Amino acid sequence: MQLALFIIFGLLAVAGAINFLLQRHPINSALSLVVVMMSLAVLYWSLGAEFLAAAQVIVYSGAIMVLFVFVVMLLNAGEEERTHGSRAAYMAGVPGAAAIFCLLSFIFLSNGRAFGSTDLTNHLTNAVNNIAEISQVLFRDLLLPFEVTSILILVAILGAVVLARKEQ
Amino acid sequence: MVPISWYLVLAAVLFSIGVASFLIKRNIITIFMSIELMLNAVNLTFVAFAHMWHQITGQIFVFFVMVVAAAEAAVGLAIIIAIFRTRQTLNVDQVNLLKN
Repeated sequence: MQLALFIIFGLLAVAGAINFLLQRHPINSALSLVVVMMSLAVLYWSLGAEFLAAAQVIVYSGAIMVLFVFVVMLLNAGEEERTHGSRAAYMAGVPGAAAIFCLLSFIFLSNGRAFGSTDLTNHLTNAVNNIAEISQVLFRDLLLPFEVTSILILVAILGAVVLARKEQ
Repeated sequence: MVPISWYLVLAAVLFSIGVASFLIKRNIITIFMSIELMLNAVNLTFVAFAHMWHQITGQIFVFFVMVVAAAEAAVGLAIIIAIFRTRQTLNVDQVNLLKN
């Protein structure tokens, strides 16, 4: 069951990411990124992180991507054209990204036995469920950082309003 | 029973695609979206390691990354709107006032 979920949604995420890379119109890239984020939410759920799966759908696919699509439509962004800079980026970017991927997957696969495999039977240590465990840490042990994030969001809202306002 | 390393390799694939599209894309909005893709890939490694160690702390990390990503998206898109208003373009090759 978990293997089937991983294969289906892992392939869906990779296909969405490659489509994101190949599309030339920003709105197509944004919609394929939504596919990646939704399949990542299913993968979080299969790893026993139900709260993060819901937060991924609500925050990422719901809020952030809607903001992106809104800005793409507001600025009427068209297809990007090929320039000299993009050819130079192709020459440097594709081998660099391939090198990063080879290095990371070599490390991960050579240490694969030490990482073990997923096991959902005794995943939770001493809590009722994932959300109870998260809220115990978040609202008791890490209360101050949690409140600081709310100030961060407030400052970000004010900054966005100031930056996007028309110059007088 | 899926090996944890498979999840990590999937995250590496997504991260590399994010790096490649960050370097290749010329539209500033798409470049910004590839940063989000890289953040998502790193979040997947956090959740996989949290599952591996049976600890909840990795998921707390992902929660804070999500919060910071939301703030970053709001401010970044406001900056993009301001750039478009002054330069009338979204192509990063034409935003080169500091280059000359």
